[in-house]
Amino acid sequence: MSPIYPRDGLNAHPLNASPEYKSTLKRAPSQPLILLPHTLSETSGPVFGHVAVQAGDSDLTRQHEGEPLGERIIVFGRVLDEDGRPVPHTLIEIWQANAAGRYVHVRDQHPAPLDPNFTGAGRVVTDAEGRYRFTTVKPGAYPWRNHHNAWRPAHIHFSLFGPSFLSRVITQMYFPGDPLFPFDPIFQTVTDEKARNRLISRFDLATTEPEWALGYQFDIVLRGRNATPIEEPHDD
Amino acid sequence: MTERKDDLGLTPSQTIGPFFAYALTPRAYGGVELANEQVATEAVAGERISIRGHVYDGDGVPVGDAMIEIWQADADGRFHAQGNAGFTGFGRAETTAEGGYHFDTIRPGALPGPNGAQQAPHLTVSLFARGVLTRLATRIYFSDETGNETDPVLALVPAERRGTLIAKRGTDGVFRFDIRLQGEGETVFFDM
Repeated sequence: MSPIYPRDGLNAHPLNASPEYKSTLKRAPSQPLILLPHTLSETSGPVFGHVAVQAGDSDLTRQHEGEPLGERIIVFGRVLDEDGRPVPHTLIEIWQANAAGRYVHVRDQHPAPLDPNFTGAGRVVTDAEGRYRFTTVKPGAYPWRNHHNAWRPAHIHFSLFGPSFLSRVITQMYFPGDPLFPFDPIFQTVTDEKARNRLISRFDLATTEPEWALGYQFDIVLRGRNATPIEEPHDD
Repeated sequence: MTERKDDLGLTPSQTIGPFFAYALTPRAYGGVELANEQVATEAVAGERISIRGHVYDGDGVPVGDAMIEIWQADADGRFHAQGNAGFTGFGRAETTAEGGYHFDTIRPGALPGPNGAQQAPHLTVSLFARGVLTRLATRIYFSDETGNETDPVLALVPAERRGTLIAKRGTDGVFRFDIRLQGEGETVFFDM
């Protein structure tokens, strides 16, 4: 059964014309978008199963000789559609700065140390119930040049496919209670407070492993509803 | 549409930022690529085509930190979600410092459209970049396809902007498709 893709949830997304985030000024389209009917080109999409993932891709603390510096964390959650149904066997790609707030990327010039034991890239495929889990270290905040004294709150980038071209999304996961939230124009481009809060992970003591790592839950909701109306409310 | 109790809000999009390459297009970092510019292996049936172009911002400055993804049907107009005989229909490329990108693939076939209409062959395109908060979606059509004239999606686009969606075949046989994010000659992007 194919899902359907209503448009009513799309206002959760930020507008590309968000001038407080300076990089948008010359990159946001100025013409109105053209409303596209959903054809087979949009309702289909590539599916990447376990072949896309290698052993160890989901543990970013074990990709080198030694262990990375920083606060060890477990990031876990479920990928769901707009009906709350799990999105199984879908690929998640993540990337992040190290604990000092420095990316491995060649163009990152922030004068904070690289960590020879941390790259900061991972992949995982959700299980049959849409669950995923990464082990990593908490990324540091870092400065950027959007405005005077601009700092990005700590975040992990997430890239997901879901079942179709329409469900494709790239987003960022943040950490609860970050004092930089009010000052970050990228986070604030999500103007609806409820939607913005969905970008913040939740500390989870039950997943936190004693003497080992803190647990953070981040559930992700992708576009799509079940094609057939549900008779009974389901819970799981 | 009736609201259901278990309605969930979408997770909002956020920018890909400037530092994605070591994870998403990691060739230069020695990483394993999920997909790249080579969309079809030799074994895949179909006419070989190459698409080349540049991405420009509103000042005409090359966008050197974008990621472009394409999704397409095979030569018979069929999609292969799981890949088939070396053809996934999915390509991914990071723009060069000069804003350049390319894909080597097969020409897609025509495929069904809304209300029984036939869609002309096309590639579906996502563009992600620093300064782009929500993925920009467009299509690449081909200048030598007569089906463009009756394509139901091109018909939705004002005639004077339609050309921004059509890759032009050069004398070298390569299709050229530049993407202009803003201003003069701005590429048509879709609301899906």
